[in-house]
Amino acid sequence: MKQFLSFVKKEFFHIWRDKQTLFILLGMPIVQITIFGFALTNEVKNAEIAILDQSKDAATTQLISEIRASQYFTVSAFLNSPNDIAETFKQNKAKIILVLPASFNSDLKHLNKAQVQLIADASDPNTATTLINYATAIITDYQKNINKTSQIPMVINTQVRMLYNPQLKGAYSFVPGVMAMVLMLVCTMMTAITIVREKEIGTMEVMLVSPVQPLKIVVAKAVPYLLLSIVNIISILLLSVFVLDVPINGSIVLLMGESILFTITCLSFGLLISSLTGSQQTAMFIALTGMFLPTIMLSGFMFPVENMPLPLRLISNIVPSRWFYQIVRAVMIKGLGIEGVWKQTLILIAMTLFLLTLAVKKFKIRLE
Amino acid sequence: MQSVIVNNLSKSYGKKKEIKAVKEISFEVSKGELFGIIGPDGAGKTSLFRMLTTLLLPDAGNAAVDGSDVVKNYKDIRKKVGYMPGRFSLYQDLSVEENLNFFATIFNTTVQHNYDLIKDIYVQIEPFKTRKAGKLSGGMKQKLALSCALIHRPVVLFLDEPTTGVDAVSRKEFWEMLKHLKQQGITILVSTPYMDEAGLCDRIGLMQQGKILSVGTPAEITGAFKETILGVKSNNMYQLLKDLNANDEVEDAYSFGEYHHTVMKPNFNKETLQQYLEQKGNKELVIQNTQPTVEDSFMQLMKQ
Ligand SMILES: Nc1ncnc2c1ncn2[C@@H]1O[C@H](COP(=O)(O)OP(=O)(O)O)[C@@H](O)[C@H]1O
Ligand SMILES: [Mg+2]
Repeated sequence: MKQFLSFVKKEFFHIWRDKQTLFILLGMPIVQITIFGFALTNEVKNAEIAILDQSKDAATTQLISEIRASQYFTVSAFLNSPNDIAETFKQNKAKIILVLPASFNSDLKHLNKAQVQLIADASDPNTATTLINYATAIITDYQKNINKTSQIPMVINTQVRMLYNPQLKGAYSFVPGVMAMVLMLVCTMMTAITIVREKEIGTMEVMLVSPVQPLKIVVAKAVPYLLLSIVNIISILLLSVFVLDVPINGSIVLLMGESILFTITCLSFGLLISSLTGSQQTAMFIALTGMFLPTIMLSGFMFPVENMPLPLRLISNIVPSRWFYQIVRAVMIKGLGIEGVWKQTLILIAMTLFLLTLAVKKFKIRLE
Repeated sequence: MQSVIVNNLSKSYGKKKEIKAVKEISFEVSKGELFGIIGPDGAGKTSLFRMLTTLLLPDAGNAAVDGSDVVKNYKDIRKKVGYMPGRFSLYQDLSVEENLNFFATIFNTTVQHNYDLIKDIYVQIEPFKTRKAGKLSGGMKQKLALSCALIHRPVVLFLDEPTTGVDAVSRKEFWEMLKHLKQQGITILVSTPYMDEAGLCDRIGLMQQGKILSVGTPAEITGAFKETILGVKSNNMYQLLKDLNANDEVEDAYSFGEYHHTVMKPNFNKETLQQYLEQKGNKELVIQNTQPTVEDSFMQLMKQ
């Protein structure tokens, strides 16, 4: 035990003294959540909208007040002429501008159709798309409302048309995805690399010519990364709850437990890789192609598994992150208990045991 | 009892075992002996040491260290030998003290317990005990590595090229330390590419291309050298070497320090050689009798 603890202590020294790597390991979840948060989440609140109302009648006032009422927009300016549009964007006064033509009300009344124009600041394409979609939705709502009271259906043509992918899908799906990715990177890749590094620098050679059981060497390597991962899990959950407003609907204890299980799956895979390879590059390569790519491509995080061709669907079954991803979604977002995820949990446990047994079996007690 | 017994040991690498690194080697090392394996790069020294320290499985033959078979009883051997690989293999990001403590714990001992054994060596690096191992000089790294290899009081110590890449002063100090350790009754096997270190060993084995060419005390090895060696120098050493090798009475000539060592055929005549060399235009000629060294023996054995 004393031996084991001194191994763990040594491992902590390695991690602690390599500040750069430590920084990356702990900063990664934050960076990833932030990147995905801004790239994928389509939820934008209180975006500035400027309005060029050339009609100024009852109909436009009504539409504007509906935009005002929405939590997505804050009306930041009223423009007087189309010439102000460019200037408004330049001064960053608005992210989107709604142009209501002078003939809006009369067109609506006499022709039963009117035109509006939405102009967005496309320098941030993601936000622009999102805002346009929100604004379009509000305009459509407005149109529905006025149609309730009129006999002839009225149509408002919005000049920007966009295909939309449902608002919340991004935000809710990437948190479990990022969690799987971060745990995989830290656990699989780092354990594999640190053990292989000992082979490369020759310290493994010295340790093998000692009474230590080889199993102790590798398990001691995994412990610090397990702890580090728990820190990462907590920071991801904190970020998603407090920054992204993705709630934890299920039990936190269950979520932590499942995350630790997945961490151990990743560690086992890392140990297996380290047993099979002799150079850090190879270890990294296998970790990336064996875990990282499948996590991104086949876990359902980026692309829905249901839509994949059959061979890929079959392969996705052996990707641990696929099951973890389902578990996290179920517990965190749907609020299910263990009864909803026991099948996935058993699959992960079985995978972990398999990987761990194989890793121990394949551990080389000699140099070749 | 012999401390190390090596019997027809062989080792090959490669898919088809085409690289023969060690070829049917046999030798024995007595308890408390300082035994040197001397040979150039690629001779197979590291492969041999790794088989003896249970890190590699031999392809054929067998070996025992302190009575334990290197294959069957590998776990026993791992408890009682000390091994210092050729490359500096400690943790560069751990301090001197942390490295030593770590290696003490993995051998289930403490630094205090065996302090007397490493004391002479450790005191020299103790002033730097909080320094990271990676920041030590070559000589100090080597002392730390030796301390770590000794921390559990091994019965046999394997040192693979401990003096390669170390400055001359540290090399000398290192051999002094080995002498001290020998007095503690530890059997030491040391490999080195430096012939001049042969004389510091009790017995040596000359190794070349996977084979042991000769085993014995340095005196026995040089004593087996029957031919006369002349040390020859002149104002033009390059021309001189060509001239010597072209002479019929010369068996072999090679540069050796400031002289050319010239192995003569039997019944040679020194005067005839001198006349020949002068006639070839060599000036400031010096020709003197020289005692054979281990290197001379090695050169000769290699040619056979
Ligand atoms: N792992 C290996 N794979 C293939 N060839 C090797 C390996 N290790 C050593 N060799 C070859 O075996 C020979 C002996 O090497 P080695 O035992 O390292 O000699 P030395 O330590 O005397 O320099 C060399 O030709 C070397 O290239
Ligand atoms: Mg070597």
